[in-house]
Amino acid sequence: MTASQGEQLPIRTSEEVVVVRQAVRKWAVAAGFSIIDQTKVVTAASELARNTVVHAGGGTVLIEQITSGERRGLRLTFEDSGPGIPDIELALKDGYTTGNGLGLGLSGSKRLMNEFVITSTVGHGTKVVATKWK
Amino acid sequence: MERIPILKMGDCLLVTVQVDMHDQMALTLQDDLTTRISQTKAKAVLIDISALEIVDSFIGRMLGNIAGMARILDAQTVLVGMRPAVAITLVELGMSLPGVRTALNVERGMDLIRMSPANRSRHDRESR
Repeated sequence: MTASQGEQLPIRTSEEVVVVRQAVRKWAVAAGFSIIDQTKVVTAASELARNTVVHAGGGTVLIEQITSGERRGLRLTFEDSGPGIPDIELALKDGYTTGNGLGLGLSGSKRLMNEFVITSTVGHGTKVVATKWK
Repeated sequence: MERIPILKMGDCLLVTVQVDMHDQMALTLQDDLTTRISQTKAKAVLIDISALEIVDSFIGRMLGNIAGMARILDAQTVLVGMRPAVAITLVELGMSLPGVRTALNVERGMDLIRMSPANRSRHDRESR
């Protein structure tokens, strides 16, 4: 799997969550995604970007166009240096929340993407790598 | 701060969301709408989201909240114009907007409001 092009953006405020959505939309269009897949990727990006702001006080996202053989895809890497997630399995359960949301951000965005990997160290931060293939 | 305009048409408040809302803007709309319902004694709220390219869990929750608050203030809410890709994504995300009435477009949404039992009985009374 190789990354051909990419862009990194800061996520510190809810306005920047909107900027991330717009950037991910642009990359999804460039990757040739269908309207439905564009909508899924942008929605997942919105959830993950908001998590970064709400739970970690901000972070970054790296948006990359990737290829694997003939397949093209979009990989989103969200990184923060927030408090970390003590129990990832629990955090991925529908309806589990530590904020005041619905607890659909992580579990829902996992359903919208094809690959989804969370690594987190308590006290150091969280990294979410989410990939959608065309 | 940028605000979503709320128009009044008879007994109905009409909201057309035409920008990509950030979270604070969505919360402001929720507050503005509940205030306007109580000020204008509106019986219905029609929210047109045909310009929205995504509805994530935050905006979905806000729409559910508006419908709930409006109901308590004796107004019904109809959400119109959701794009098919948005509907598919929203359900896959895990939200089916329970308690929110929907219609395909503004015209059908207005029909729904006119035909609702609350409005019908009122019109019947007025025509007598």
